[in-house]
Amino acid sequence: MDYFFTEEQQMIRDTAREIAEKKIVPVRAELDEKGEFPTEIMKTCAESDLFGLYIPEEYGGFGGGIYENVIAIEELSRACIGVSVSFAGSGLGAYPILLCGSEEQKKKYLPQIASGEKLAAFGLTEANAGSDAGGVQTTARLDGNEYVLNGTKQWITNGGEAGIYTVIAITDKNKGARGASCFIVEKCTQGFSFGKKENKMGIRASATRELVFEDCRIPKENIIGKEGIGFIVAMKTLDNSRPGIAAQGVGLAAGALDAAIDYARGRIQFGKPIISIQAVQHMLANMAVQTEAARALTYAASKYIDSGAKSISKESAFCKLFATDIAMQVTTDAVQVFGGYGYMKEYPVEKMMRDAKILQIYEGTNQIQRNVIGQALIKESAKKRR
Amino acid sequence: MRLIVCIKQVPATTKVKINPETNTLIREGVESIINPFDTYALEEGVRIKERMGDGVVTVLSMGPPQVESALKESVSLGADEGILLSDRAFAGADTLATSYALSMAVKKIGDFGLIICGKQAVDGDTAQVAPELSERLDIPFVAYVRKIVEITNEKAVVERMTDHGYDVIELPLPAVITVVKDINEPRIASLKGKMRARKAAITVWTAKDVQADEELIGLSGSPTKVIKIFAPKSRGKGVSITGEPPEIVDTLYGHLKDGHII
Repeated sequence: MDYFFTEEQQMIRDTAREIAEKKIVPVRAELDEKGEFPTEIMKTCAESDLFGLYIPEEYGGFGGGIYENVIAIEELSRACIGVSVSFAGSGLGAYPILLCGSEEQKKKYLPQIASGEKLAAFGLTEANAGSDAGGVQTTARLDGNEYVLNGTKQWITNGGEAGIYTVIAITDKNKGARGASCFIVEKCTQGFSFGKKENKMGIRASATRELVFEDCRIPKENIIGKEGIGFIVAMKTLDNSRPGIAAQGVGLAAGALDAAIDYARGRIQFGKPIISIQAVQHMLANMAVQTEAARALTYAASKYIDSGAKSISKESAFCKLFATDIAMQVTTDAVQVFGGYGYMKEYPVEKMMRDAKILQIYEGTNQIQRNVIGQALIKESAKKRR
Repeated sequence: MRLIVCIKQVPATTKVKINPETNTLIREGVESIINPFDTYALEEGVRIKERMGDGVVTVLSMGPPQVESALKESVSLGADEGILLSDRAFAGADTLATSYALSMAVKKIGDFGLIICGKQAVDGDTAQVAPELSERLDIPFVAYVRKIVEITNEKAVVERMTDHGYDVIELPLPAVITVVKDINEPRIASLKGKMRARKAAITVWTAKDVQADEELIGLSGSPTKVIKIFAPKSRGKGVSITGEPPEIVDTLYGHLKDGHII
């Protein structure tokens, strides 16, 4: 379907698609098998100016919004979401600075992220703080002109690969959710190290590691905003980054659909290509309409957020929830269209189905997305009643 | 140093049809691209500029007005400017007339250090224009360069690919070289490059602008006459012989004998 892209948006799509086809598709199976980080591809994305799409021009970016970033993420995801999450993860790490950082912080860090010179990463999750973000145990204590961080973050995308980390830590244990704050920590800071690299089911090209803080001292001015607003920063960040996860779902589903159609045209059973069998056609038709609906919702939510709308949690959750459930469904069906071949690593859909699962889990499980939507519905209804 | 990269716009497909009456390629409806070998020439030009820290990459082409898109694409890939030789008088040129027209354009451009071309165009496959251009300009020429080992304003040391390895050649500049695809991996155009290309103005020169002798350009300057163009006859399916080596030899011997080849 034609979404009437501007000339710039068309350029972004063409550039990301060229990278996907030329640089990602040829190596994705190997990166997956070896669990190898796509350093070269990240370099190509940087040289192609993709890392700064959503960052204002004054900080070295392209000056677009979430929509522009979503277009790029979708195209990269058609080829491999293990690669695209490494790309999108940098945006996730940058949003706290972009949305809530001081002018000095923006000037210092955003140009490095926009140019792709450094990747960013966001550290919220811990062993005992997943869906319940309130369970964060990492602490930050003010000592003179420095904050001292202690604790361990878990499953951090781009861990070890990123140069700039935005991290949530508790500054006041007695204040509950209002006792959390967000900090910028640079790689190579003393007391900051990385734990084991996780051995994952899917998105195996991406780096997922622990961030370990042991009396890690950072300058006082590295706090984002002020003490106590850490969870507000985190929620704002996730509201802005979730369309990117939706875009991963859309791209992944589109890639799986393309692969399934190509295979069904070439696979001969009962003396004819299986695409001529109505049962197969109906599966492909469902996959196509679901993918397109997910795309339309993701684009609409992105444009809505870019419009400057104040309340965006529901719309952001809408597209994340829908597009990632669709990605799981479509990749599963793609394996079914391939039959036994789909289960083999020689064909790409096996990896796509393994990769899809994480989309329903990270950046808020899809159950949490339903909570977010449910709470928004209650809020809206209560407002009307008043 | 100014680096001049010569490019040609060619049909994107290898399945080009031929008009049987005029013996020319049917270009309608076929997407045009930069000759793939020329993309390596352009990339090398841009890399030399980056390596030397300064310089200008000028892309030069001859063809109809639509070649402007190929020159704009070159700008998106790192070229500083594009010059198009476009004039009805240039039409129908063979390699001799083309190299003459290009040499006149190079003279108009003036000072330059190196001219880089792809080893050949995928449509004509002649590989003649670059060496002819060096003759016209009376400067050194090296074909099939796979690596530029060293380059200064005065000289270049290059590796020339051969059937059995490579030669290392030092040549004074200015000079003309053609490059093979082993030399580099062309970059993907950046967004900033594409934005720059969109705004880039391509200079168009006519035969008069480059003071070309009308007798030496276009059809009148082209001694090559195409008498007939035809697709080679299909050879039909080959025969595959399988089995143990002694069996294979026997079967092959039988085939050769039956065919009165031996």
